[in-house]
This record gives sequence, C-alpha cells and structure tokens, in this order.
Amino acid sequence: MRPVIELNEVTKSYPGGVHALRSVDLTVDEGELIAIVGPSGSGKSTMLNLIGTLDRPTSGTVRIDGHDVAALSDRQLSALRARRIGFVFQSFHLAPGRDAVTNVADGLLYAGLPQRERERHAEKALVRVGLGDRLKHRPHQLSGGERQRVAVARAVAGDPAVLLADEPTGNLDSASGAGVMDLLRELNTSGTTVLVITHDHEIAGSLPRQVPMLDGQVV
Amino acid sequence: MATGLRPARLRPSDLLRLGGYGLRSRPLRAVLSALGIAIGIAAMVSVVGISASGQAALDARLAALGTNMLTVTPGQTMFGDEATLPDEALSMIERIGPVTSATATGTVTGTPVYRTDRIPPGETGGLAVTAAQLDLLDTVNARLAGGSWLNAATARYPAVVLGAAAARRLGEVPAVYIDGRTYSVIGILEEVPLAPELDTAVLIGWDAAKSYLSFDGHATRVYTRAIESHVEAVRGVLAATANPQNPDEVDVSNPSDALIAQRAAARTFNALLLGLGAVALLVGGIGVANTMVISVLERRAEIGLRRSLGATRGQIRTQFVSESLLLSLLGGAGGVLGGGVVTFVYAGTQQWPAVVPPWAVAGGLAATLLIGAVAGLFPAIRAARLAPTEALAAA
Ligand SMILES: Nc1ncnc2c1ncn2[C@@H]1O[C@H](COP(=O)(O)OP(=O)(O)OP(=O)(O)O)[C@@H](O)[C@H]1O
Ligand SMILES: [Mg+2]
Repeated sequence: MRPVIELNEVTKSYPGGVHALRSVDLTVDEGELIAIVGPSGSGKSTMLNLIGTLDRPTSGTVRIDGHDVAALSDRQLSALRARRIGFVFQSFHLAPGRDAVTNVADGLLYAGLPQRERERHAEKALVRVGLGDRLKHRPHQLSGGERQRVAVARAVAGDPAVLLADEPTGNLDSASGAGVMDLLRELNTSGTTVLVITHDHEIAGSLPRQVPMLDGQVV
Repeated sequence: MATGLRPARLRPSDLLRLGGYGLRSRPLRAVLSALGIAIGIAAMVSVVGISASGQAALDARLAALGTNMLTVTPGQTMFGDEATLPDEALSMIERIGPVTSATATGTVTGTPVYRTDRIPPGETGGLAVTAAQLDLLDTVNARLAGGSWLNAATARYPAVVLGAAAARRLGEVPAVYIDGRTYSVIGILEEVPLAPELDTAVLIGWDAAKSYLSFDGHATRVYTRAIESHVEAVRGVLAATANPQNPDEVDVSNPSDALIAQRAAARTFNALLLGLGAVALLVGGIGVANTMVISVLERRAEIGLRRSLGATRGQIRTQFVSESLLLSLLGGAGGVLGGGVVTFVYAGTQQWPAVVPPWAVAGGLAATLLIGAVAGLFPAIRAARLAPTEALAAA
C-alpha cells in the first residue's frame, strides 16, 4: 500500500504561544478508514486542515498524494484540493435556496467540468448517497441527515482520493449520524481514503483505525 | 509531478452564473443598490438625449428655413444718432454676385394702428406700420395664413397685410385705422421664424405708404438670400456695399445665428445637469461598493467552502468582481432604458424627433462597467485574501 498522507514532525503554532500541534507524525495508506479522536482543543481540526491543505504547518513536512505541500503554490494547492480532496463539515455548508443537484454540481466547478457534466456527476453522486428521490429539494426541504448526505455527495462527486470529515455527525441525531457513517464506510469500501473526526466513542470504535490526540500530539 | 497541478479555468458562462449567484440570493438589496447607478445613468442619458433631440429639431428647422439669409439694418453714426441706409443700398446689394434675392422694408414712424376709430390712442401699441416690397415673402420665406399678399394694384391702395402677432392683437377685423384713415385687411401672415419683426408688423405697399402716411422712402431693413456656400463672403462685403461712404454705420446679421445661440445657452444648462448626473453616478458607485463589502463579510463561509472545493484566490476575486460588474451593469441598463424613455416622452411633448445618441448609450454602459470594476475590486481582493480556515470558521 502506498501512503497517501504523510505528516513528519508537523507543528502548528498560533501567535500568542498557542501550540495547536506539536511534532505530529502520521502516515495514512491508500484505502484506510480512520477515526481521529480526542478532547476538545486537542488539535484535531488543526491537523485535518493541514491534511486538507487549507493551511500550512509552522514546521515539519506534509505530503498529500505524493506532493510536498510546502513546495506547492497556492494555485497548485487549490488544484490539488479540487481534484484529490473532498471535505465534509459539521455545519454542511450548503447554499440555501439552491436544490441538491445544484449544490453538488457547484462543487465540481473548480475541477473544470462543463455545466452539463457537472450536473450528470452530481445526480450520480446523489443517487450514490441514497438521495435519488431528493434531487430537486432545497436544503430547507431536507432533514439534517439528508443535508449532510448532500454535502457528502458534493465531496465525493469529483471522485477524490481522500475524504476529510470534521465531525460530520456532530449536528445529527444518532440515527441519521449512523446513516452518514454507513455512507462513509461504503465510500471507503469502493477505494476512497476516509478520515473522520468524531467525539462519538461508539462510532470511533467501529472504525478499523483510531488516531487518538491529546494536547496537540498523536498519542 | 507538481507541474501537473494546474487549476481549471472558469468558463464565461460559469463566471456569469457565479456573479449572478449573490444577486439572486438577495434580489431586493441588488435592486436597491443598482438604483443609484440607474438614476445617475438615466439622468445623463436623458440630458444628452433631450439635448440631441432638440438639436435634431433645430437642425430640421434650420434646414427648412435656410441659414443663407442675411439682414442689413442701419446702425448708429459716429455721434450716436440713428443712421440711415442710402437710397441705392438695395440696388447695390442686388448686384453682389452670389446674392439670389434682396428686398427692403421701411418702418413708418409715428403712426399708431387702431381696431376702430373709437378706441382711444395707446391701446394697441407695439405694432409697427411697415412699408414692404412685393418680393418680401419669397425672400424671408413667409407664408400666408389667410387672404392674399399685396400685388401691384393693392400696393398703391390703403390695404394692409397683418403679421401673425399683429393679427392676434387686433383680432378678426376687416379693416384697421391708421392716422384717421381706413385700411382694409387683405391678408394675414404665418409666423416668420427668421424675421420675427414681421410678426408685429402691419405691412403696407411701398407706394401707398408714401402717398398716405408720408413715408420717407428710406429702407430700414434689407433682407437678402445668398448662395449657401458664399454666405460668409457676402456677409463680409454687405456693409461696404450698402453704404460705401460709412460702412461702420451698417449692421449685418444672420437671423439663424439667434436660433443657434439659443441652443448654446441650453448647452450650459445641460452641462450643469450632466454634472448632477455624474454626482448621482458616484453616489451609486459608492452604494455598489458598500453592497459588495457587506456581501463579502456575510459570505465568508461560502468563500471558505469554495476554497476547500478548490477555488484559487484569483477565482474568488473574479467571482466578486463579476458580481459587482453585473450589479452595476444592471443599474446601467436600467438607467439607459429610463433615460431613453424620458427622452422619448419629453421629445414627444416638444414635437421633436427623439434622438438617443449611440455614443451616450455606449458611454453610459462603459462608465457603469468602470464603476462596477472599481467598486468591486477592493472587496473582491479582501475576499480572496481570506485564509480558508478562517473563512470556514466564520459560519
Ligand atoms: N486561528 C487560531 N488562532 C489561535 N489559536 C487557534 C486557532 N485555531 C485553533 N486554535 C487553537 O488551537 C488549539 C486546537 O484547536 P482545534 O480546533 O484543532 O481543536 P479540536 O481538537 O478540533 O477541538 P474541537 O473538538 O473542540 O473541535 C485550540 O487550543 C485552539 O484554541
Ligand atoms: Mg474541531
């Protein structure tokens, strides 16, 4: 198995002496399904943002899909995100007033597909997450669990190598949360590497690998 | 390997969709902030349009009246007295090559005109008894509103033709009283735009004036028409031709100049209105900039999301500039439309041909685009500079 994520002695400090990450080493192989766990403030989101190239480390190296993030320009990082990385957020981040297909299709805008293709991929992705009968529903017409599944569809419509989810079930009741987790498992089975931050021990325990964090370090 | 990572270009259709996205989610705000621009552009387009329509109407009028008429009047002597034109003035002027026609009128002084013999003196003042030659109408391009013009016979009898204003003032009368004698009214003129002095005139034959009203036979005004291309040349020699001894005692004018001067006066006023339009436009531009700043602040989460989906800084910037351009273009298009409507309505009430110059439309839209670009640039740059993690945390 080829490593798709490699963190080497990664630190992240913020002005004012906050060390969000302290010398973190982490290697994730292609096709893994990982739960990142730890108390609030332990640096989980910070690490996920570095893996997602939304931020750069203070020191250490981050390699994603073979690319050393430090060597890439902002434009190149954007292209990397557009093609290889999908994000799912706790608060969905769906555009209000726009239907599910449009929301998902918009996610493919920066991958360079023409509108027609984007919509075709969007519908396929929505069918894949089990929302084939909700294509034209707008966010306010969907339940929380359904909204998060639209967000998952948006993240995977471009077929990324890595899917990063920061507390995707944090705003959901346990039943819809379990539905979303089933979905992530299924995506992982078909080859996507998935990292999930979760506070839910039951969910964390059900995943093949856990990365526990404490005080900015992987323990 | 890193060289393979190149961001995809956004298509123009995508840019349009992105730009319209923010506007469609807040339509009322979009309309209100576009309104400022619309008012400014409408003001400017309608000022230019109304001015151009008036100009077109004037051009049409001048073309119909001709700009080749020159009038010669006696000026003042060196001592400030009223000068007179020499008796030969008319025949000398007629001999100038490019002059196609020339005719004279003479004011008969001290002879008030009355409707009846019973009205006390002083009640119909302001009407000038004027001796006219038979070819007057052709030269000044005057038309009869009714009746007939003087002919060789009536020019020797106590008969008059009334100018348009004189006829209005005297009312419908079969005859008028001048100096104790009855003169039958044989015709009424329409208004004469190039010789407004004829409107208040009571015209009488040259010979009749001499025999009944002790007219001295001096011409007080000579009307000439010259070949269009030689008008300026004729104008240059008219004074010396009319009065070779004292050319300084002769005034020469082109009555169409007065009409053109009216236009010039209107233009100064237009400049003022255009200035006001520009101020409205500036205020409108500030409104758009304000809307864009607020839009960027409110949509930080969206910006973060787009960055996570792979938008480059440039693409975020382009999105907000497109939005600003679209917003001000919306106002500009509305303004051009509004200005056009105002022009058509106003020109309609003035019976002018409605003209909205294409350059005004193009200029209005260009100004709009410039304003949109300037107003949107700063907020767009701010949006693009947002760190993705910070933007996402704003939700
Ligand atoms: N932009 C920032 N500036 C300063 N400090 C920050 C910033 N972002 C995070 N931190 C600090 O870094 C530490 C790690 O934050 P992080 O968000 O990674 O925690 P977390 O493990 O995701 O917590 P939670 O479970 O509550 O989401 C915290 O102490 C936080 O206060
Ligand atoms: Mg967190």
